[in-house]
Amino acid sequence: MGLKGKGKTIAEKILSRRSGQDAYANEIVVANLDYIMGQDGTSPLAIEAFREMQGRRVRDAGKVAMVIDHSAPSPLEGISALHKLMREFAREQGIKLYDIGEGVCHQLMPERGHVAPGDLVIGADSHTCTYGAINVFSTGVGSTDLAAGMLSGKLWFKVPETVKFVANGRLPAGIYAKDLILFLIGQVTADGATYLAAEYAGEAVDALSVEGRFTMANMAIEMGAKAGLMAADKKTEEWVKAHSQKTFEPVAPDSDAVYAKVLEYDVSRLEPQVARPHTVDNVAPVREVAGTPIQQAVLGTCTNGRLEDLRLAAGIVRGRHVHPEVRFIVAPASRQIYLDAMREGVIQTLVEAGAAVVTPGCGPCVGTHNGVPSDGENVISTANRNFKGRMGNNKAFIYLASPATVAAAALAGKIVDPRDYLS
Amino acid sequence: MELRGKAHKFAMDNINTDYIIAGKRKFKTLDMKELARYLMEDLDPDFYSKITPGDFLVGGKNFGCGSSREQAPLVILNAGISAVIAGSFARIFYRNAINTGLPVLECDTDLIGPGDELAANLEEGVLENRTTGVRIPVKPLPRVMIQILQEGGLAAHFRKYGTFRLDA
Repeated sequence: MGLKGKGKTIAEKILSRRSGQDAYANEIVVANLDYIMGQDGTSPLAIEAFREMQGRRVRDAGKVAMVIDHSAPSPLEGISALHKLMREFAREQGIKLYDIGEGVCHQLMPERGHVAPGDLVIGADSHTCTYGAINVFSTGVGSTDLAAGMLSGKLWFKVPETVKFVANGRLPAGIYAKDLILFLIGQVTADGATYLAAEYAGEAVDALSVEGRFTMANMAIEMGAKAGLMAADKKTEEWVKAHSQKTFEPVAPDSDAVYAKVLEYDVSRLEPQVARPHTVDNVAPVREVAGTPIQQAVLGTCTNGRLEDLRLAAGIVRGRHVHPEVRFIVAPASRQIYLDAMREGVIQTLVEAGAAVVTPGCGPCVGTHNGVPSDGENVISTANRNFKGRMGNNKAFIYLASPATVAAAALAGKIVDPRDYLS
Repeated sequence: MELRGKAHKFAMDNINTDYIIAGKRKFKTLDMKELARYLMEDLDPDFYSKITPGDFLVGGKNFGCGSSREQAPLVILNAGISAVIAGSFARIFYRNAINTGLPVLECDTDLIGPGDELAANLEEGVLENRTTGVRIPVKPLPRVMIQILQEGGLAAHFRKYGTFRLDA
């Protein structure tokens, strides 16, 4: 419980600043939003809710974006109609629309400079917590909250208590941000941080690239957290300045901030991790499932579709070929990443090894298109969810892992320790 | 508001919004009546046909985890379910349910068996298992959420005030 006069967490500080109240955990505030985002699975309902609220104009068109990424390009006429609705609303309101092929919403918001440290952001997508990696309090909401945000520029929040994760030690070679976050989720389980914000700190987190930090913040929701926050450092500030024109004021937690829990882990001997079907917290070291045959491997999504991830996978498959019984699907997280990966030869390497590259966007993650598995098949994916039916078939089995583990499995046709494939 | 109906119990934790309504269904249409036929299909393909209007959907802890899709509470409402009862709720689903006018009750669901007859009074925060005669304590909703629910959801609140006017 937060106490008046005591130090504050990152969540308490950002919500205080944006609400104009001296806010502590468990208080209710109405706060000003810095940015508002919706995607094609949630925006159509938000547009309906906006009309139902008798909304005419969005409060600040410069602070709203809609992204067509989940089923893009449209595979069905029903979806085409919903995409059209979004395009028409965006034109009418003068808001930003990212159409097919631009990329995944959670890559675009930071990459195109819409969000910056200290901001308060909502998105109608549960993985909106991703921007916590650059010190943004960003959280997923539903369509009606999105509509209320577009109309008023505000939203009400219950200030969350915070659980702090401290990852001590340096990650060993061949172990990545994805392994670390899967390990933490396995430790605290799928509802280990429900109603709480997560803060990530410690030597291993500090050592991660900003891209790796996005991977960790992205999966905060998989333990139920409202946000997955990190303090800003030099790397953060350089990354944000390279992508955004916004002026910003980072927020650091006070040394006497009050936490619901502080959980410390020594991660210096962490092994490659995998989440087994059908829950994200069903985590085990790769060696416990090594040998499991794989029919489809997926590299991409808002969790692991960034340049660093594509480079890592390309380094593993270079000069080799994907197993004849594996479909290897690659979805770069944005057009920019796709272009950068092309210029570097990363895309060429992946395609030469047998990958099928699909449109920048969510790829097959949500089961709408781009690679629905068949009955009884095993998929290994860099995504963030492995729920039964998630990829469009409730008789398929989904394993979640790092880009290295996915690339190695694509070559071997089974789950293997990726460290044996790193040169 | 008194609600009466039969319990449809899914005795498992972490019932996610993909189970409530699959992504492959919800991306296609805004017709919630059409989507209602697919409620919980990956856990029980015949579930929709078993519902009598007014019935309760009962789950374990962390109900509604995963995706932020508001289709989840809307599909539950459109299938004729009067309220969801669970050991705990994932926070986005919890907000979405209140915003769309779906009552949610947090309590010990071990006190409810499949097919039990239940009666709930939301204002008084009372849940009674009429089959066993047990009164089940319910965790009270935050005041702002009671206000939004009583006003008929967040869209109705905005129609009335044009912005947030919450008794926080």
